[in-house]
Amino acid sequence: MSDAFQQIAALNARYARCIDDGALAEWPQFFSERCLYKITTADNYKDGLEAGIIYADSRAMLVDRVSALAEANIYERHAYRHILGAPFILADGGAEARSETSFLVVRIMRDGTSEVFASGRYVDVVRFNGDLPMFAERVVVCDSSRIDTLLALPL
Amino acid sequence: MAGTGVSDSSTLAHRSWPREGLTRVPYWVFEAADVHAAEQQRLFEGPAWSYLCLEAELPNAGDFRTTFVGKLPVVVVRDRGGEVNAFENRCAHRGALIALENRGNVKAFSCVYHAWTYDLKGTLKGVAFKNGVKGEGGMPASFCMADHGPRRLRVATLAGLVFATLAPEAPPLREYLGDEIVARIERVLGGRTPVVLGRFTQSLPNNWKLYVENVKDSYHASILHLFFTTFGLNRLSMRGGIIVDPSGGHHVSFSAIDRAAEKDEEYSSQKLRSEHDSYQLADPTLLEGFEEFPDGVTLQILSVFPGFVLQQIQNVIAVRQILPREVDRTDLHWTYLGFAEDTPVQRAIRHKQSNLVGPAGYISLEDGCVGGFVQRGIATAEGECAVLEMGGSGAESQESRATEASVRGFWKAYRAAMGL
Repeated sequence: MSDAFQQIAALNARYARCIDDGALAEWPQFFSERCLYKITTADNYKDGLEAGIIYADSRAMLVDRVSALAEANIYERHAYRHILGAPFILADGGAEARSETSFLVVRIMRDGTSEVFASGRYVDVVRFNGDLPMFAERVVVCDSSRIDTLLALPL
Repeated sequence: MAGTGVSDSSTLAHRSWPREGLTRVPYWVFEAADVHAAEQQRLFEGPAWSYLCLEAELPNAGDFRTTFVGKLPVVVVRDRGGEVNAFENRCAHRGALIALENRGNVKAFSCVYHAWTYDLKGTLKGVAFKNGVKGEGGMPASFCMADHGPRRLRVATLAGLVFATLAPEAPPLREYLGDEIVARIERVLGGRTPVVLGRFTQSLPNNWKLYVENVKDSYHASILHLFFTTFGLNRLSMRGGIIVDPSGGHHVSFSAIDRAAEKDEEYSSQKLRSEHDSYQLADPTLLEGFEEFPDGVTLQILSVFPGFVLQQIQNVIAVRQILPREVDRTDLHWTYLGFAEDTPVQRAIRHKQSNLVGPAGYISLEDGCVGGFVQRGIATAEGECAVLEMGGSGAESQESRATEASVRGFWKAYRAAMGL
């Protein structure tokens, strides 16, 4: 079992736990200061269409996303449960690795309704400098092009 | 074509609009199955023009997309002469879909069920085993292929947008839209080459008309969508207004920088105050735009009756197609646009600003849920009405955006189309 595999698996586990526990204020810390976080669809990804449902090229933009969700945006209270697959290491360059990880996200609404909200894969560039690996890129490729109602919490 | 077998004239006869007229909307329009069915016949398949796709999505001969007019499945395809054609996505034989994919390129269409084939204009060209096998079976000699085919739509394009109608009596597209709406579409799309940057579908838990009302409702913008206010991003010196076309069905809501007022001293002091009172963006590059339009208009939301929206929010250009699925389910198809002429910097700006819009948009995500709040709120209120008195009772253009004139305009056009 490679070092990259173990480190990315642990990073993914922490990442999912952060969102699912509602600790969104900590979520930007999983990314490097200059980064790419994008949510798109498998169709767009396959066709090379670059737009995202969320598109951030800095950690500060992710901080703004969290503040907006907390202070400005209006949506019904809900939570996610992320179920992650094992990371597949596409390339391991020592200081940086590229990987893909499958995800399934269940959305639990205020009234208890639980539904599969999204499935897909994370296409990541993970940077290992210092103690904590971080995402230099996390492209969230949703299998479906359909988003139910709205997307508030990050995937 | 044989008769429809649907007694259109008898449906809705028991329904009557409230006496107050355009200032009241009876909640049964969002809930009743008979209304939903009649909309398909009278409105979507009536003398209205529906958006199908972009010309840019059909660059080559044989390129096709499948979409819908209301709930009617439609194929839209460019033929070898360069014309765009649209026809019902229904085989003339037993009714199966002719094209299954969302898009593709074909020389001809062939139904998977029994291989009846169609050319790029939707004309039936071949029937498998038409003459039988070894002299047995086959179609009768009286069968004439020219008498069978899916319904064809009239197609018209404007500034790269493809529209279609089923109704021979519909006026030409430009006449349907009127000069003011045409000019406002050309202002955004004219003279350049649109490029699709991404497509997203938002599944809305409400009747399609609740979303249309939301699009036309400039009253809610600064109340429901708090992003700009929270982060102190409202520009105080804006001028704006709404344009409602004479039919009521199309509208433009816009706001523009008022350059004269920007120089005003009082404005500067107000601006400072509002900035002190609010949160700040950690990364203000989100809203770093480029001057794309010489008229200073930073927001233009344009709708075409019944279900098309063209938006310019700063440098985010998108089209939205509103399609009913069920009485209380709607598909909202977003297509984000750039232009072939964009520089890499301009393209990057569009991507960043697109955080404002779409299913996760800072100033649009609320629109995804608020229609559902209404749909749930009115669950047993078929006998009650919504109240639309903001800005009076008419449906004319106004300089204030604190009005529901364009929402009333929609109901004016809707009632005319539906005979309600």
